[in-house]
Amino acid sequence: MGATIHPSRREFLRTGALVTGGLVIAFAAPGAGRLVFAEPARSRSPFAPNAFLRVGSDDTVTVLLSHSEMGQGIWTALPMLIAEELDADWSRIRVEHAPAAQVYGHTAFGIQMTGGSSSTWSEFDRYRQAGALARALLVQAAAQRFGVAAADCRTENGAVIAGAKRARYGELAEAAAALPAPKTVPLKDPKDWKLIGKPTRRLDTPEKITGRATFGIDVQFDGLLTAVVLRGPVFGAKVKSFDAARAKAVPGVRAVVEVPTGVAVLADHFWAAKLGRDALTVEWEMGSGASLDSDALREEFHRLAGTRGSSAGRAGNTGTALGAAAKTLEAAYYVPYLAHAMMEPPNCTVRLGADKCEIWSGTQFQTLDQQLAAKITGLKPEQVEVHTTFLGGGFGRRANPTSDFVTEAVHVAKASGQPVKVIWTREDDMHGGYYRPSYVHRARVGLGSDGMPVAWEHTIAGQSIAVGTPFEAMIVQKGIDNTSVEGVADSPYLKEIPNHRVELHSPKTPISVLWWRSVGHSHNGFVMESLIDEAADAAGVDPLAYRRKLLAKHPRHLGVLNLAADKAGWGTPLPAGRARGVAVHESFGSFVSQVAEVSADRGRIRVHRVTCAIDCGIAVNPLMIAAQMESGIAFGLGAALYSALHLKEGRVQESNFHDYRVLRLDEMPVVEVHIVPSREKSGGVGEPGVPPIAPAVANAVFTLTGQRLRELPLQLAKTGVARA
Amino acid sequence: MKLTINGADREVNAPSDMPLLWVLRDLLGLTGTKFGCGVAQCGACTVHVDGAPKRSCVTPVSAAEGKKITTIEGLSANGDHPVQRAWAELDVVQCGYCQSGQIMAAAALLSATPDPTDADIDAAMSGNICRCGTYQRVRAAVHRAAGAKA
Repeated sequence: MGATIHPSRREFLRTGALVTGGLVIAFAAPGAGRLVFAEPARSRSPFAPNAFLRVGSDDTVTVLLSHSEMGQGIWTALPMLIAEELDADWSRIRVEHAPAAQVYGHTAFGIQMTGGSSSTWSEFDRYRQAGALARALLVQAAAQRFGVAAADCRTENGAVIAGAKRARYGELAEAAAALPAPKTVPLKDPKDWKLIGKPTRRLDTPEKITGRATFGIDVQFDGLLTAVVLRGPVFGAKVKSFDAARAKAVPGVRAVVEVPTGVAVLADHFWAAKLGRDALTVEWEMGSGASLDSDALREEFHRLAGTRGSSAGRAGNTGTALGAAAKTLEAAYYVPYLAHAMMEPPNCTVRLGADKCEIWSGTQFQTLDQQLAAKITGLKPEQVEVHTTFLGGGFGRRANPTSDFVTEAVHVAKASGQPVKVIWTREDDMHGGYYRPSYVHRARVGLGSDGMPVAWEHTIAGQSIAVGTPFEAMIVQKGIDNTSVEGVADSPYLKEIPNHRVELHSPKTPISVLWWRSVGHSHNGFVMESLIDEAADAAGVDPLAYRRKLLAKHPRHLGVLNLAADKAGWGTPLPAGRARGVAVHESFGSFVSQVAEVSADRGRIRVHRVTCAIDCGIAVNPLMIAAQMESGIAFGLGAALYSALHLKEGRVQESNFHDYRVLRLDEMPVVEVHIVPSREKSGGVGEPGVPPIAPAVANAVFTLTGQRLRELPLQLAKTGVARA
Repeated sequence: MKLTINGADREVNAPSDMPLLWVLRDLLGLTGTKFGCGVAQCGACTVHVDGAPKRSCVTPVSAAEGKKITTIEGLSANGDHPVQRAWAELDVVQCGYCQSGQIMAAAALLSATPDPTDADIDAAMSGNICRCGTYQRVRAAVHRAAGAKA
């Protein structure tokens, strides 16, 4: 369990503070020291030794999550960490989202947030310590009751035992609460772990299979109105004037108010609000967004990528090396703007009082929501209560530095003076921006006489996610937004190529952009793993053997590559009309390799099977890791095969799932996941399954058809004939 | 108008063209049925009307009048319908938002086709989008529920 810090994480840590909404929040010092900031007990539980758990007299152990459950399974994994050290009775574990409070700040990033595939690794020590501290106090309470030394007590399944004496945690809770907390408590030796590493089913299943789980959109209380907002038809549009007469005539409509993002219609229920919005007449000041065209942007990015940009990394002399190379290849890659399209569209409920603002939302960014709401309402941040609900998917869209769907709802509540739930329609979500940025990559690769790369020039052009946000100081260094180049600038391949150069252009457009599951890796993994395949082909070497040779000094890459290839039967015969492709990529502290088996039927690419190997260090819940690999593959495959947004005259052309295609059940391949046993520090699992799938499929398509597809979504030329 | 929902008669005051989805959610507080697309493209709003799966987001409430409406809340008394049991055993859910619709679609499939083939599952379930990509487990859980019923 070393203190490995991965490059992307180091980027975050480099600047010691994060500036948000004009306030500076110091990074939390991870470790036991944080535990002394106990929240006052919020319930009747007699024993709340710290902010992360409460022990009830009924033996329940309630775990408070400092992060948001959005499908990734931390509702189960974080309680496992506490229960491991507490020796809790797993059947008595209850889970709640924590309120927004400083004590729940991210141990590495400072603010309370969920993102960067970081919840489990960042809480690995803190949640175990929280459990160990509670256990120590319960043992001490039992020792006093039994009249024995604490050292003579052991714990098991929610009880303290000494010889024939036994007391349940619930019975000890009150006495434990009166004891002073020890300064430090030892953690279990990993060899004694019972829960960590054990495939453990989800704790949120019962609520989620019965319709009882509360998502943001499900929040209801007396007097709550529902609003939909008519936003500008193009990016940056402003309301010039509006006529609400017809909208107000719709039965059930209660108010129409202007907010910075547009015009909100408030009604008794969603349907009336939507009909009211349909009846609104708004005149817009369009601005420069009205001329946006995604084809023109693509051309502009392509031109830019052909010019020198800001340096994201270099070694040797690429010009000389390319001149002397035995062979050179040159390629341009393109990826489109993408919507997150989580199943639960953005929404937020706000109740604003004179001295309190209550927010209910499935959010990934509690601290920013709280601070920005405070700014709008004139309240202090601590007067803003954030109630985190379940998230109907996040994928980054609910981690917005501008807290757009939260601040808009606060504006609607403020302007109307009503408690309100603002719901976005699917069309609002598709048109509303905060997209994965579109990028063009251009590369020149020189191969030596042995076919291995000796020179690599790579220029990326596309919008920066971090510039202009509170994260800029942390993520953007010397003109390089790390999220634009991660996975290229720190590629293990480039470390082995003596002459390389990675450059970046970050053009600005009115289109709002945001992190989308796996962020820069979502395109950089595709480009790097495709280019390596191109190099292998140019060298006439098997793509797996080529990667093995280049990655010889990168054992964790090599480990997953070999495991996936072995399990997939790389090199063994396939039925006619099928081919395999491979990719390997590191992101968020984890290493993933995937082998995809594809066919192409009348121009349609089908993926039949994906064999996936992951090395994520300590595998806290193997069941969840497998689920996240399946999930990342399905998410990435939808984008690899179907999804794209286009803009013409500023209007986003796609509007709903009929024209913004995502993966459906009949297109899901069989996915097999293999986890590398490891005692390395845990890495992330929510995102790392995404980057390898597009290139694994594209590489298989190349083997199958001879067509090198350099653009997402992958589309075969109509004349393509299978050659395998 | 009078609706029969999960075995109980409910009186609602709604315009006849109001989608059943919003009647269920906003007028009756049955929020287990979800809004995903509003145009019958994602299946999150699937309920049973006289036993058949319907996209409630495009079903006018008047079309359900006098019929038996079942929502996820009424599928079973204790969350122990064979489909729900299979879902729990295979750890199907992730974010969970689409799962009410998935489960209602699967339950309707199994009552019409007790032992579905993969092709049957493709046909019945491909209209239910899951952005978490739980499809592999959905398929396995439908098969498991079919086995449990037999």
